[in-house]
Amino acid sequence: MDELIRTTEKALNVKKREDMHIVIVGHVDHGKSTVIGRLLADNNMLPEGKIEQIKEKCRRNSKPFEYAFLLDALKDEQSQGITIDTARTFFTTEKRNYIILDAPGHVEFLKNMVTGAARAEAALMVVDANEGVMENSKRHGYLLSMLGVKQIAVLINKMDAVGYSKERFDDIKTEYGAFLESIGITASSFIPVSGMQGDNIVNSGAKNMPWYCGVTVMDQLEAFDSKGDNSRLPLRIPVQGVYKFTGNNDDRRIIAGTVETGVLNVGDEITFYPSGKTTVAKTIEMYNADVQTSAEAGSATGFTMSQQIYAMRGDIAVKSNEPQPKVSNGIIANVFWLGKEPLVKGKSYTVKLGTAKVKARIESVNKVLDASTLNNIQKSEIARNEVGECNISFERQIAFDIVDENPITSRFVLIDDYEICGGGIVTAEKAIGGGNITRDDALITRDERVLASKQRGHVLWLTGLSGSGKSTISGALERVLNSMGYSCYRLDGDNLRFGLNKDCDFTDRGRDENLRRAAEVARLFADAGLITICTFISPKGEQRANARACVGELGFSQVYVKASVEECARRDPKGLYKKAFEGSIKGFTGVDSPYDEPVDADIVIDTEETSVDGAVDMLLNYLSDNGIIY
Amino acid sequence: MDHIEKLESRSIHILREAYSSFKDLCMLWSIGKDSTVMLRLAQKAFFGHVPFPLVHIDTCYKIKEMIEYRDRLAMLYDLDIIYGVNEKAIAEKMTFPDGNCSRIKCCELLKTQALTDTLNGTGVRYRFNHKTGKYERDTNTQPYTGVIVGVRADEEGSRSKERYFSPRNENNDWDIANQPPEFWNQYKTDFKPGTHVRIHPLLDWTEVDIWEYVRREGIPTVSLYYDKGDGKRYRSLGCWPCTTPIDSTAKNVDEIIEELRSGKLKNVAERSGRQQDKEDGGGLEDLRKGGYM
Repeated sequence: MDELIRTTEKALNVKKREDMHIVIVGHVDHGKSTVIGRLLADNNMLPEGKIEQIKEKCRRNSKPFEYAFLLDALKDEQSQGITIDTARTFFTTEKRNYIILDAPGHVEFLKNMVTGAARAEAALMVVDANEGVMENSKRHGYLLSMLGVKQIAVLINKMDAVGYSKERFDDIKTEYGAFLESIGITASSFIPVSGMQGDNIVNSGAKNMPWYCGVTVMDQLEAFDSKGDNSRLPLRIPVQGVYKFTGNNDDRRIIAGTVETGVLNVGDEITFYPSGKTTVAKTIEMYNADVQTSAEAGSATGFTMSQQIYAMRGDIAVKSNEPQPKVSNGIIANVFWLGKEPLVKGKSYTVKLGTAKVKARIESVNKVLDASTLNNIQKSEIARNEVGECNISFERQIAFDIVDENPITSRFVLIDDYEICGGGIVTAEKAIGGGNITRDDALITRDERVLASKQRGHVLWLTGLSGSGKSTISGALERVLNSMGYSCYRLDGDNLRFGLNKDCDFTDRGRDENLRRAAEVARLFADAGLITICTFISPKGEQRANARACVGELGFSQVYVKASVEECARRDPKGLYKKAFEGSIKGFTGVDSPYDEPVDADIVIDTEETSVDGAVDMLLNYLSDNGIIY
Repeated sequence: MDHIEKLESRSIHILREAYSSFKDLCMLWSIGKDSTVMLRLAQKAFFGHVPFPLVHIDTCYKIKEMIEYRDRLAMLYDLDIIYGVNEKAIAEKMTFPDGNCSRIKCCELLKTQALTDTLNGTGVRYRFNHKTGKYERDTNTQPYTGVIVGVRADEEGSRSKERYFSPRNENNDWDIANQPPEFWNQYKTDFKPGTHVRIHPLLDWTEVDIWEYVRREGIPTVSLYYDKGDGKRYRSLGCWPCTTPIDSTAKNVDEIIEELRSGKLKNVAERSGRQQDKEDGGGLEDLRKGGYM
């Protein structure tokens, strides 16, 4: 076996070479793939025999050889002669690893262009010297600015086809330069090139264009700045999940997510939104790595909390002492639309922002931009491949940022019929219905009802002395679960004894029967899918064991709500202790009837030390850790 | 963050999104270097745990060491391992080594068909029982709706067109001309009943990145990747009748990295030892449209 597996020592010699994603865009047939093919060939980045192989293929099919065929590796593509998707090409220089994303220019494939452009740090915009500025030259330019790509070099291609004319180059430069200025972009450079002939791609084009003395495409690539540092913005961690894996006795509860912006440090006070709950980051967790005390922007991290508040996927974790995100049920946004069906006023979609997912409605379409002319048009819908501004309301409050404050957490996508149909940027908050809806007062919405199916039926059996806090805790838990959209029901001595258990007296037998029926009803409710919160003193271990056995595999958790008799007597919410001590009530648990302290409780809540909110968080964490709510 | 740290974080992010979005999720584990790196990334994402089963497709022609290695890692990391196999094709000897079909057809039956049936639950699944150390018939036949696969964009043309989250229809088909948009860390996680989504956390990794990570993390790998004195090693692992070693004297990870960075392999395709790719112009692409990894 030793021979079988070889491990290598954990030694590190990884070069700190930076990565750069470049997207190449432009109108269809303006020669994007040819430029990349030439870039690879002239940098000697092609596998041996690759060019010969493609040339041979062309010869067999009686087609002239084109550099584009190197990239259009798919059969589908070569038969249609256009790039239908974002192919990735890798190449390396001393300085960088380049990932070139070849985005299709055909208007039909705008969603593929967006896919490529969204992850790019810089863009090459290819314009055909012969055809000049076309509709997609403008549309792509506008989308680049919306997607957040600020560095753009304009390649005026096919210069060989216009006799390497300086006049033609200058005309296009003036026209397109003015367009870019109008959308707030200053081009890094305008370069006259010929992908076919190789002028100004890697090698100088001075022979054919002695009038040009600027950079080549390769020079420009090396001169682009790598992506701005998101670590300088306030901390934002959209929570991907709260993990509690119990295998191998692991008892950590870890908040997992990627640091989108900012820096997380151990010891930071952290607030989760939309709930606004606060805790402190206790440790940063890693597997097979040295202990770390901070995590910078971009890192997929995880941290534990010093106080176990309840957090969930969809929350945004931020530092309490930095600018806070907005929390609202409505926004104004700029949207680009890719769906087959237009985006229409009044229609419902799903919005995904960070890790939050919420049902949303288009309240109004404020304006639509004609991408080729940049004029505003008054319409009530945004058609495919158009850009517009609209007001959107959410079925519950979510946390987000305004683009000017934090572009990353201002971005969202819209989903219709299982498909991502558009992207948007929040430009302003716009609360619907006064905006003062707090979590507790919110009506249960349809989205939350859908969420409600994300639960398993379960019985939470709260045991403890009269006055220990069972009813208070169960009431608060029920309220929170309800506001989160989960279906639950509370069973207690009062609501059973008034009806179903009217005939049960307070003899030992009557009390046993009362609890037997309670457990049976709880079992039925759990079977129906409800989270059933039972609050019964249930003083005897045997009674609780019977209840557990009755519910069986459906899921039963015993919660011991603990407080001393002295404390309970001091609280005495119903005045019962007073009566028991005076002797007007006989057989009162804790006074003249014993309470068997549970030894097998799944959770113990000491209400002399834990607040009601703390108790609710403990129970929510328990339900979530055990997959009862998700 | 350096290059490898960025790749690592993106992959972890994707794995966590997959875990949150798909209730019936599994990861394909081919035993090779790529999917073993992916296994390590899963351990990173979930802090030492792998909270979904690993599915291996056994063609019965895998090199023996690969199967031994699989079971050894299963025990070492306490993994939930399931394997599937096209028992009908094996019983009827409908295989290339038996001389009854082409290489491509053989791949279709022993890999694509076996994979499809294992994923949708119609084929047999064997699950590793950690108590007995043996595989047992799995009673769970629920289809997997999320399938994590370790393909890389730099491997060959069709894989360079992939999304991180790539939908497959009821027939397991990949509609290349109509893929979902993917931007701002938002992925296709909603799907119609009957369809499933392939998840590709390694899409941005290159072959050198994989080896750099193997070195950084000290990941155990099969010894077939290394020259043991005869001047030959495997660069890509598959079934023994259709996979040939390459000429190379790289004896360890460092030497492989060196060989890839500056040595003679720089201009030779990684899958050059995989014979099924060569049967016709788009061998792998055709296989992939039908559900191959």
